[in-house]
Amino acid sequence: MGFFTRFLIPNPSPVIYTSMVAIGVTILLIVFGLTHFKKWFYLWSGWLTTVDHKRIGIMYLIAALLMLFRGGVDAVMMRAQLAVPDNKLLDSQHYNEIFSTHGVVMILFMAMPYIMALMNFVVPLQIGARDVAFPRLNAISFWLFFMGAMLFNISFVIGGSPDAGWSSYFPLAGNEFSPHVGTNYYMIAIQIAGIGTLMTGINFLTTILKMRAPGMTFMRLPMFTWSSLVTSVIIIFAFPVLTVALIMGTMDRLFATKFFTITDGGMDMLWANLFWVWGHPEVYILILPAFGLFSEIIPTFSRRNLYGYRSMVASMVFISIYSFFVWTHHFFTMGQAAYVNSIFSITTMVIAIPTGIKIFNWLLTMWRGRIRFTVPMLYSIGFIPLFTIGGVTGVMLAMSAADYQYHNTMFLVAHFHNVIIPGVVFAVLGAATYYWPKMFGFMLNERLGKWAFWFLTIGFCLAFFPMYITGLDGQARRIYTYSESTGFGPWNMVTFIGTVLMAISFFLIVYTVYYSIRHAPKDVGQDPWDARSLEWATHNPVPEYNFAIIPQVNSREAFWDAKYKGVELFKGDYEKIHMPNNSGSPFIMSCIFFVFGFALIFSIWFLAIIGLIGIFTCMALRSFEIDHGHYISVEEIKETEAKYGGVNK
Amino acid sequence: MKIDHSQPLEYSTEQNRLNILGFWIFLGAEIMLFATLFASYFTLVDRTGNGPAGARIFEITPVLAETFLLLTSSFVIGLGIHAMRLGNKKAMLTFFVITLLLGLGFLGFEITEFITYYHEGATLQTSAFTSVLFTTLGTHGAHVTLGLFWGTFIVLQVKKRGLTPETANKSFIFSLYWHFLDIVWIFIFTFIYMKGMT
Repeated sequence: MGFFTRFLIPNPSPVIYTSMVAIGVTILLIVFGLTHFKKWFYLWSGWLTTVDHKRIGIMYLIAALLMLFRGGVDAVMMRAQLAVPDNKLLDSQHYNEIFSTHGVVMILFMAMPYIMALMNFVVPLQIGARDVAFPRLNAISFWLFFMGAMLFNISFVIGGSPDAGWSSYFPLAGNEFSPHVGTNYYMIAIQIAGIGTLMTGINFLTTILKMRAPGMTFMRLPMFTWSSLVTSVIIIFAFPVLTVALIMGTMDRLFATKFFTITDGGMDMLWANLFWVWGHPEVYILILPAFGLFSEIIPTFSRRNLYGYRSMVASMVFISIYSFFVWTHHFFTMGQAAYVNSIFSITTMVIAIPTGIKIFNWLLTMWRGRIRFTVPMLYSIGFIPLFTIGGVTGVMLAMSAADYQYHNTMFLVAHFHNVIIPGVVFAVLGAATYYWPKMFGFMLNERLGKWAFWFLTIGFCLAFFPMYITGLDGQARRIYTYSESTGFGPWNMVTFIGTVLMAISFFLIVYTVYYSIRHAPKDVGQDPWDARSLEWATHNPVPEYNFAIIPQVNSREAFWDAKYKGVELFKGDYEKIHMPNNSGSPFIMSCIFFVFGFALIFSIWFLAIIGLIGIFTCMALRSFEIDHGHYISVEEIKETEAKYGGVNK
Repeated sequence: MKIDHSQPLEYSTEQNRLNILGFWIFLGAEIMLFATLFASYFTLVDRTGNGPAGARIFEITPVLAETFLLLTSSFVIGLGIHAMRLGNKKAMLTFFVITLLLGLGFLGFEITEFITYYHEGATLQTSAFTSVLFTTLGTHGAHVTLGLFWGTFIVLQVKKRGLTPETANKSFIFSLYWHFLDIVWIFIFTFIYMKGMT
């Protein structure tokens, strides 16, 4: 291909041209808005250079919501195409691109950052720390994720999106069958975001191991922090595998190496193995923090201690280990020996045991509790039956002999959406509502939130339950149309209606935020939910230094005991607080990463070399920099605490 | 910045202790990275297509020289850290410079080795075996190259700023990195070269 033809979109359509115009207009509006309201400096000094874990968490949250919209639009387009038989809305190439990007965007650029948002915001507060162990690395992690996501998202207007599925199996993803740059985008954008995720894992493991408040032993850690700890360990063991797989994939595509080709000894199954050695733990990276969030929300709104704390921890540790022993269930039908299938079939089913323990613990927490049906609690209660259905169909899929029937059908699609949406999406939506007052200082409107919940839940049931039926009847996934004689038509129409309801719920959520900014009361106190753990022991929104005095922890439910048993949480006097300085280098370095990645995708070698030199120059400059951070004086602390309505001691 | 004088300089502040623990965890991730490369290597080692097998291209002399240079450098950087603990800046810098020179020598041998392979018809594109061979060795070599730059910066900083909690911390972490590369090399030496030559 010539130099310039690579930048063209292989299959342009009016939809894509409209998107181009929309992107252009949005960028112009943002630039105009920032200039008009003189916010450039605020944006730079307040957000782009920040190393504050709370602000980074909020930026993750915004990015995740944007990506939820992007992935959601993909979903609506797919279901609209399939709503009636022999539909001509999309062509097959466009459909391939849409299901590929829907998968990647939703898993890696929506669910992951949403989890990271809550980890960033909540974990240091829950353990009574001032920040994470490596604040600047945290900023680098965020910006690398963000640049990776942006790089992935420009694919559909420059050069064409990846079209080999979210798992990008070779040889389909090789140059022979995917000659356009789409799969290059996949390999490199995920690589950049993945490096950021790995750094986050290292950062949070160190933070939780070393920065807990005095008295907070491991058996007193709040459950979300426990889940973040376990998740960080999974990230550290799983993500390097992805790094290597993506490097090999990139080299196969850019440098004609022979890792995954069929000729010259290459082995396509190596990709499948490496991808799922990462990919299966990845789903636990998503679900375990979600379990942690439910374990925060359910006790708060049941007014009871979490039932079975130790078994909850043991289950999570067990799941994290087992997550590495099940990856082969993703390719039961690809010809390995029957005994291999049997082993992986059993290990996969075994995971249902600790998961079941957790479900029972949540139910027993609610048992005899005084339940308040707030929005976060509705999401948690809705999660339990829906997720259980997804789990049961998961055990069905885990039977390797039976899997030959479901393999590659809509039954599978229904299953994993049935665990990921109630499991992860419900958790993060519920938790965002729960932590909203801590983040922004006002509550989200409950009435609108409940509408959104019901639209989402009913839409979800309508959208995914019919897929079980058509899947068992043989509707294959990733096929862009089907004939009327199959009889799938009516069920797919039901699914489309469900999809529309889910889309409405997304707009309701956005409207809830808008409405609440305008109308919600701004003074809600520091503990509007009557919660139990340390993050609620400081002000709303949280001051820069989190806690004016580091809390002393004596029990598992430290804040609850401080409120109702009179245990003193904050002892001693104010001392000056050491805080890290803001830094522009994480943002700048990540921008260079973006350029480097873009140059690699299009094989613009001179630019790639300049980018690489730029990245290393940033690291070298950082090495020579002296930055001891700054101190917040006692007077400033007193002033801030007074501003928040009374000195909190 | 509270400095705890009962601890060695590299452990003397809270941030230093965090940095060292964080780096150990990072090395855990690096172990996974190389483990994945080794697993891929073992998968592809016999899949040579029309290209040469390892036994045909591997030569013992340069590999022994590389091994000798890298293992010695790892010993020398240990001496450097020992000198740092004793507060002897000059000795420490000398040992660090020797380490880097030995590393440079290693890299020189490795590059000539790659050129030899190339002339014997084993390129990155020849077969799955050569692809994974060059990638595994290349990843290790890239780590050494990065280490040479990193170590040079540390030498410059220690020279200019002396032994402070920061520079000591950086030097210690760099030594962990360097030992790690050495350990990876032992695996490469054993499971790629020794096994490949028999």
